[in-house]
Amino acid sequence: MSKGFTVTAADKLAASQYGGLSLDAWRWIGTLALIAVAAALPFAISSYHVFELTMVIIYTIAVLGLNILTGYNGQISLGHGGFFAVGAYTAAILMHDYGVPYWATLPPAALICFVLGVLFGLPALRFEGPYLALVTLAMAVATPQVLKYFDNWTGGQQGINLVKPSPPPLLGIDRDRWLYFVALAVLLLAIRVAANMLNGRTGRALVAIRDHPIAAAAMGIDNARYKTLAFGTSTLFTGVAGALSAFVVGFVAPESFTLFLSLSFLVGSAIGGIATISGAIIGGFFIEFVPNLANDISDAAPWALYGVAMLLFMYAMPRGVVGTLGPWLARSMRHFLHRPALGGSEEDCERRITP
Amino acid sequence: MHGLLQQIFSGLAAGAIYASLALALVMIYRATELVNFAQGEMAMFSTYIAWSLVNAGLPFWAAFLLTLIVSFLGGMAIERVIIRPVENAPVLAAVIVTIALVLIFNSLAGWIYTYTVQDFPSPFPDRPVLGALITTQELGVIGVTLLMLLLLFSFFRFTKTGLAMRAAAQNPESARLCGIPVGRMLAIGWGLAAAIGATAGIMVAPVLFLDPYMMAGVLLYAFAGALLGGISSPVGALVGGAIVGVTENLVGTYLIPTQLKLTVALALIILVLVFRPHGLFGTAIVQRV
Repeated sequence: MSKGFTVTAADKLAASQYGGLSLDAWRWIGTLALIAVAAALPFAISSYHVFELTMVIIYTIAVLGLNILTGYNGQISLGHGGFFAVGAYTAAILMHDYGVPYWATLPPAALICFVLGVLFGLPALRFEGPYLALVTLAMAVATPQVLKYFDNWTGGQQGINLVKPSPPPLLGIDRDRWLYFVALAVLLLAIRVAANMLNGRTGRALVAIRDHPIAAAAMGIDNARYKTLAFGTSTLFTGVAGALSAFVVGFVAPESFTLFLSLSFLVGSAIGGIATISGAIIGGFFIEFVPNLANDISDAAPWALYGVAMLLFMYAMPRGVVGTLGPWLARSMRHFLHRPALGGSEEDCERRITP
Repeated sequence: MHGLLQQIFSGLAAGAIYASLALALVMIYRATELVNFAQGEMAMFSTYIAWSLVNAGLPFWAAFLLTLIVSFLGGMAIERVIIRPVENAPVLAAVIVTIALVLIFNSLAGWIYTYTVQDFPSPFPDRPVLGALITTQELGVIGVTLLMLLLLFSFFRFTKTGLAMRAAAQNPESARLCGIPVGRMLAIGWGLAAAIGATAGIMVAPVLFLDPYMMAGVLLYAFAGALLGGISSPVGALVGGAIVGVTENLVGTYLIPTQLKLTVALALIILVLVFRPHGLFGTAIVQRV
């Protein structure tokens, strides 16, 4: 073994280090810092703002679900509000009629929405583009009507009032802050599950199907299986978000689950960055705060302002905030952290290794 | 039997309106592969323009023509200013832009004209004819729709601009090489679609009454009609729209309570699509690998 080789190997090691730490370590530090901020935040703001942030988290989970389907698998759904409603009503009926504790309603809501999503995904295999949009749009429009019709379960127009769950007495925090932490825990779990799924074999299969279904099939990917799986997982996430919303808001009614909710999820997804996990968080913030902000600016036509905000975001960042800024940010971070003294660029390494 | 025929005819009158709006959707889809979710709200806004012109004292048909011209120009302007920047963006970005347009038009209409439900004058007297099978109002709506179709057909078939628009929709690259200004053709397409939508809005307003949410349901049925016929086929849009109108009316009258009418009508349409995933008249897309 020549002396030159050992030197270049050390160079290569150094090249993957930024400011003395590996990229993975930096990523972990960033994530932990974010979690720490998210955990400390509710103690710095009023209860009402905590409630708003809890709604941001809930929308984030729903948008994350939609991202799996629309972003990674390319199936546009205008009907996720329907699955959100199914999750919410599952939780509400279990709590109200059967006295199930709130935390125990999440698994059944997840299961029901997963099964429904798979059942819905099977006929959806035959539809593409605008056809799938119509089918899901029909579902979104039908949701309030169906909820009103089966009124002996759903309480009809009046909806169901729920007692907001109390925090464990030992913790000494109030109800809104406790629910915030419950939602945050579910979000962290959801992000972990989504990341494991999407950054591996399954994620690659989903993206391959989105980009070229025929080529994907030729490589041995079972299109039908993965598309149905994407549908089921996606609705599972959204359903869990719905269940959370039921006991966080303490009330469910058909008018909360209109077409507008479904469209909001899609808007959040597109604005955050469709095939990204962190984009869902930005989507959640957009859905919760931009309408209020528009209302503050103009009482007369707030939704026109909301629409204009959507237009501006799409013009400036057609791939969404994370989809557009993410690569740029990563590049400049690398540029900023990377000290040439530690060992040159990665191309330099490659050049020195090849004889 | 008489009752059934009556229902079928009033279904056809509704179907004529769905078919018009469906045609507007198909025109834009063929040219740009984009479903314009704002088509209904654009039509609603046009109807408000017609309403304020009539209120200002113009005779009905003068207001109608003026509205069509304004809508045509407005449609062109929307394509040029709002849609053009996302022409080459991901599909979802374009979809979001049309959803934004829905919100903007709805909110603006509510702001300018308030959310109060308004009466809209009908140019046709409302009395039964042909042995009480159909009203003159319904007959008038069907007549106006057919006339509009005839004009459109002649435009696309016999004029140079019509031919250029068909070329631009079918193969933009080659059309551009032949010297056809594809961008301008797209703008004209949006203008025409807006004018067709305006006609549908003005025809439906005397029945549904005018408010900013008037076209939401109509758009959904039109969308269903367009897809049922095959989103790439103009003839399909007409037949699809008519079928949707009749189905909706019959389902609502004979099968189930009206509050579930929408749901059941949509479920039926989707059931048909499961067996004909590209619509009745659409062609399956064959992909070369």
